[in-house]
Amino acid sequence: MNSIEVQNLTKKFGNFTAVDNVSFSVKQGEIFGFLGANGAGKSTTIRMLTGILEPTSGDALVGGYSVMNQPDKVKTQIGYMSQKFSLYNDLTVEENIRFFAGVYGLAGMKYEERKKWALKVANLEGKEKLLTGSLPGGIKQRLALGTAVIHEPKIVFLDEPTSGVDPISRRNFWDLINDLSAEGITVLVTTHYLEEAEFCNDIILINAGRLIAHGNPKELKTNYLKNTILEIESDKVVESMEILEKVDWVGETSIFGNYIHIILKDNTKSDADVREILTNSNGIEVYRVDKIVPTLEDVFIHLLEKDKINAS
Amino acid sequence: MLHRIYAIAKKEFRQLKRDKRLLFVIFLFPVMLLVMFGYAVNFDVKHVKIAIYDQEKSSLSRDFINSLLQSEYFDLVDMVTSEGEINKYLDEKLAQCVIVIPNDLSEKLYSNREVKIQYLIDGVDGNTANIISNYANLATITFSQKFSGEILAVKGVKQYKPIKLDPQFWFNPELKTSKFLVPGLIAMILIVTAVISVALSLVKEKERGTIEQINVSPLSSLELILGKSLPFVLIALINAGIILIASYFLFGSEVKGSLLLLFLTTLVFLIASTSLGIFISIVSDSQQVAFTFATFISLLPSFILSGFIFPIDSMPVAVQIITNISPVKFFLKILRAIMLRGVGIEAYWDQLIYLGIFITVLLVLGTIINKRKSQSA
Repeated sequence: MNSIEVQNLTKKFGNFTAVDNVSFSVKQGEIFGFLGANGAGKSTTIRMLTGILEPTSGDALVGGYSVMNQPDKVKTQIGYMSQKFSLYNDLTVEENIRFFAGVYGLAGMKYEERKKWALKVANLEGKEKLLTGSLPGGIKQRLALGTAVIHEPKIVFLDEPTSGVDPISRRNFWDLINDLSAEGITVLVTTHYLEEAEFCNDIILINAGRLIAHGNPKELKTNYLKNTILEIESDKVVESMEILEKVDWVGETSIFGNYIHIILKDNTKSDADVREILTNSNGIEVYRVDKIVPTLEDVFIHLLEKDKINAS
Repeated sequence: MLHRIYAIAKKEFRQLKRDKRLLFVIFLFPVMLLVMFGYAVNFDVKHVKIAIYDQEKSSLSRDFINSLLQSEYFDLVDMVTSEGEINKYLDEKLAQCVIVIPNDLSEKLYSNREVKIQYLIDGVDGNTANIISNYANLATITFSQKFSGEILAVKGVKQYKPIKLDPQFWFNPELKTSKFLVPGLIAMILIVTAVISVALSLVKEKERGTIEQINVSPLSSLELILGKSLPFVLIALINAGIILIASYFLFGSEVKGSLLLLFLTTLVFLIASTSLGIFISIVSDSQQVAFTFATFISLLPSFILSGFIFPIDSMPVAVQIITNISPVKFFLKILRAIMLRGVGIEAYWDQLIYLGIFITVLLVLGTIINKRKSQSA
């Protein structure tokens, strides 16, 4: 069963098309990654899916309700946590929980039960009276997620939930997302961190408002990037890249710390050809050349470059 | 719907408890305004400092001087002893008025000739100068009448005054400025606190991004606005009560009319003020802008254009039309009617309709702008 069904969703602001004819579907209980650069149309799409922004054309069913015709119904089905902290810093932990519970009409036993749950999620049991503003970022984020799903929605939108949080907290946060998914809650998450995208069951990538890739992480790596990728370590990283960029059988090049990745246009070429160019012709010492499985980053850089060429 | 409004109102009270700036605006601002306007803004001119240059020093001139000093309007600072000193008193602001009594006062008066007594008034503050001149004039006329009466009595003729003016000041018999100012003061304090607090509390959600969380919740904008305004309307009503009690003790102003009508019309006015606050919150994106905007738009027109201090009837027609942007103008008419005249709703129902129009226009305009803003990138 699909929790979210997006059909030809389009949003125009005057002459500018922010979201261009996007279609995809999200299965119930799945962790769905929504990727794209800043300004690619991620936020606009999420605003339409949460019933805040009316689409110019197309439609989406969220929890069975149309965002075009029943945005108010959609709002009862979803939880939402935004990139900015969506908690009130000048309220205590308990007051925040109470407010959001009140907005969704939780009371009595149900409220007590959910409050306990949210406090447990955020590791804040016994600290209900602390001011939210005084909490560390990671804890605040967990509390924000706890309050975002206080009313037990079937679908939850997380808009860059882990930006500005340390790696350990990020890891813990993803455990929490996995727990939600295990309970059958559909999680749609946008993120900048491509290593996080690996945790998703399904991913879409959008660029300039258009959907340019869709699939699970494994599919993306195999279907969208069939070319060989070589990882090269040498004594002159930047120089090596500049030289390889000019070679006609080399596609995209990118630096990853002190080594570079190159995508080959011609899969018959191998490490010997690279060494030939760098060492024999230019005198650069090459430590190693390995054929690697592409990371999502390689795939996305490749896709974005391709999209740029297609667009121009 | 009610539980959601209640949830917001409760949250608002909790946040207010921790918001020092807003607490200051709501509770200290009224006290400041009340004291400032109640005491400092005073158009009653009393205890004018005068100096007298008595060139004659006769019993008649002393009589004249005494008659001037009998009232509380004039306080004698000093007797001037030479012509050259007169300038000094005015230049150095030792006196606001110097009276010069000529040395032929008795001689002329007893020979039935007219005498001129010179009043030199500091004209820098035109309003005060005018009032001083009136007082002096009145005092002199009284003295002249008394004197001519005595002369005529000596000749055996009874003095006869053809017309005597008998002014009676209704509603504010002592013509006390503070009594006249209190209704305006109440209106001003209410609008300033209501507009600023509602605008700030709404913009705060926008500025901190918490509005997003509310937008995706099932809360409607009506519920949000009601929940947000309710606490501040309640506080403003309490404030209004406190001001009424305080001005009773400080300035002796009473409410002559119905307290129930006063309460109901105040509520209508507060809804108008709240709409203005909501409108400001829609067009501004930061608390800084909202605060400046709210202070400016609630304070200035209420002060200048409402008839609080400057009578609207004496303004140019174009300005008279502009005065309609201030809801204080309408409420002030209602307040003065209830508090000073003690009349019923028949005297000001039209003002209530104007307030209703004001509320409708602002809310409709605000809804349109808000819709446009929320659907933009």
